[in-house]
Amino acid sequence: MNVTIIFMVSLALGLAITFIVSYIWAMRDGQFDDLETPAHRILKDDFHKSTISDTHEGT
Amino acid sequence: MNAAQKNLQKNTQKNTQKNTQKNTQKNVAYDDAIVRKFIIATMAWGGVAFFAGLFAALQLVYWPFNTSFEWFSFGRLRPLHTNAAIFAFAGNAIFAGIYHSTQRLLRTRMFSDLLSKIHFWGWQFIIVFAAITLPLGLTQGKEYAELEWPIDILITLVWVVFALNFFGTLARRREKHMYVAIWFYIATVITIAVLHIVNSISIPFSMFKSYTVWAGMQDALVQWWYGHNAVAFFLTTPFLGLMYYYIPKVVNAPIYSYRLSIIHFWALVFIYIWAGPHHLLYTSLPDWAQTLGMVFSVMLWAPSWGGMINGLLTFKGKWSQVRTEPVWKFFIAGLTFYGIATFEGPLLSIKSVSALGHYTEWIIGHVHGGALGWNGFMSFGMIYYLVPKLWNAELHSKKLVEQHFWLGLVGILLYYVSMLIAGVTQGLMWKAVDSNGQLVYPEFIESVVSIMPLYWVRALGGALYIVGFILMIVNIVKTIKAGSVTADTPIANLQSDNVKDGKPRLLEGYATVFTVLSLVAILVGTIIEIYPTLNVHRYVNPEITVKPFSALEQEGRDLYVREGCYVCHSQQIRPLVDEKLRYGDPSTIEESIYDHPYQWGSKRTGPDLARQGQKYPDFWHYQHMKDPRLMQPKSIMPSYEWLVKKNIDYSQIKKKLNVLRNLGVPYTDEQVKNADKDAEAQAKIIADGLKKDGVTEKIEGREILAMIAYLQALGQKGGR
Repeated sequence: MNVTIIFMVSLALGLAITFIVSYIWAMRDGQFDDLETPAHRILKDDFHKSTISDTHEGT
Repeated sequence: MNAAQKNLQKNTQKNTQKNTQKNTQKNVAYDDAIVRKFIIATMAWGGVAFFAGLFAALQLVYWPFNTSFEWFSFGRLRPLHTNAAIFAFAGNAIFAGIYHSTQRLLRTRMFSDLLSKIHFWGWQFIIVFAAITLPLGLTQGKEYAELEWPIDILITLVWVVFALNFFGTLARRREKHMYVAIWFYIATVITIAVLHIVNSISIPFSMFKSYTVWAGMQDALVQWWYGHNAVAFFLTTPFLGLMYYYIPKVVNAPIYSYRLSIIHFWALVFIYIWAGPHHLLYTSLPDWAQTLGMVFSVMLWAPSWGGMINGLLTFKGKWSQVRTEPVWKFFIAGLTFYGIATFEGPLLSIKSVSALGHYTEWIIGHVHGGALGWNGFMSFGMIYYLVPKLWNAELHSKKLVEQHFWLGLVGILLYYVSMLIAGVTQGLMWKAVDSNGQLVYPEFIESVVSIMPLYWVRALGGALYIVGFILMIVNIVKTIKAGSVTADTPIANLQSDNVKDGKPRLLEGYATVFTVLSLVAILVGTIIEIYPTLNVHRYVNPEITVKPFSALEQEGRDLYVREGCYVCHSQQIRPLVDEKLRYGDPSTIEESIYDHPYQWGSKRTGPDLARQGQKYPDFWHYQHMKDPRLMQPKSIMPSYEWLVKKNIDYSQIKKKLNVLRNLGVPYTDEQVKNADKDAEAQAKIIADGLKKDGVTEKIEGREILAMIAYLQALGQKGGR
């Protein structure tokens, strides 16, 4: 076992733990409470209603 | 249409240019003009990129298409094609989509109309500059990063303008919450900046030429960290952002799973940045880097498919409409090709698959599935959706869209399948060893000849794709002619900050936090992979000595780069049985340690050249460069007659060697001081030898001598 591998493994573990801890924090803090409205909101940002589905057959 | 909308449309039509100007200052209307500009540019450059591609494909089936003009030979045309496809076509499409959707998602006009204009014209200027310099052979010799240093600086400046404009828009947004498309744009803006700057660092020795600071294996690693992430952060993340905006808009349904998009984004940006070394499996890149590249590439499977599934399932419940909505078909097929390419990518990144597929046409098929299918079709879908909106017209003909779709789809399939078969054929023929341990196909040309029919099929596929594209141009031009440009679209809701739950979310509510975290996500992999190789000499065995190239050989090397030889020839022998039999001992780190840039290549349209030196006499090379058919009747290599007509430019050699010495190549003071004289002397020896062999043409001082000197030095400088 050389020093590098120990260093790298602890680095990897540290990274993984950071991810898990920040995920748990985000979960508890309510960061993911509303996963619906953002997806719907973007549908209403435009006044143009003439989407392609309204167009008529040409030529 | 309700009364409010009718009113609004009336008002819109009444608005004069003056009012628009007022609106700009008040930030009550979106800047649509800039989106229109980018859309037109996308279509124009798309044509250039596709035709250059078809031209290059035809050169491979019928070599005389290389013409006798040096500017159009395959080695110079191919970089022009790739740069046009990636940076001109896809680039302008990305910018069109980003400028259109960002304003709407954030409910604000772009930060500065002036910056938008500088971005647009700056980018077009860069493309024109590229289209001039690449045919002239002004290249750094690094794939997808060929452009020379003055253009690299311009790209950096224009990108900074874009970033300022983009982040300025984020800063003054009315919508506090940032939708997932914006996250992908943020990742694109910061990562491309990091990639471009690090990979392009070079020391100029003249107005248009430079040597990269990275050497050999280190250059290969940095280049593919850049190269693969150009795919990731120029051809994937921005298009995913566009996907997350335009598919819900076109379908008029929310994205299938917002939850999945969060996982998709973070997993993708964190993992993608590590994948570069999968382009260098079995090369002399250290094993740990190869393993990291392979493992992370395989992991990419999950987030990539997560994104594809998220997009496709947005059509849930509306599939029956796909029959009557040709524009939807482009998005669906685009996502499907994304799925195919991101399934195949991890597969090809597995070492044993790479052993077969690397250097073959399979890779060409793979990238075109992504470029034509994913980037092309997503861009076309977006253009069909945007043009009627931005020019206030109905789409001229749905039937033409339908025809475009099917022509394009058949074109891609012909292209992809033919190249897949060609690639596997090449791989198997190169590897075939009989029971006596001998190569079954010792002549490389046999593998070339056997895939010629497939080259024809590929050219046909490309041609069909172009016919479809022309139908789109006709359709769009007619649509635009029927429409009219009125004032900019007013911003629907001018109320700022309507976050419903009071407290904005940390990640999706704060642009700075989000940007910093994205930067951290891409820097982790970058630092872990690149930092250890910053001192490349740690990997070099000090007992192995390598001699740098002589002045003339270095001059020849620059010609090798100029002609784009690396486009078709590798200089990297992998430790595999067949390669050892065919080309000799595997390449070592030491052998390319003084190479600025590295020239390992990624494709073997012709054979590997790492140990080419001294295999054939000078006279063979002389004949072969002038007309390859003289030495190999079935060769498809271009003739390089101009090398016999043009004179070596001895005036730069001292400067070149001096720059290389500063970069760590062990030239002595003497060698630098006498570089031009040494080169002339060596050229004279080669010329005299050729004369003795019966060359009657005037060859004294011609470039061919430098090229021969370099080719004969390959693999002859020690390091094994």
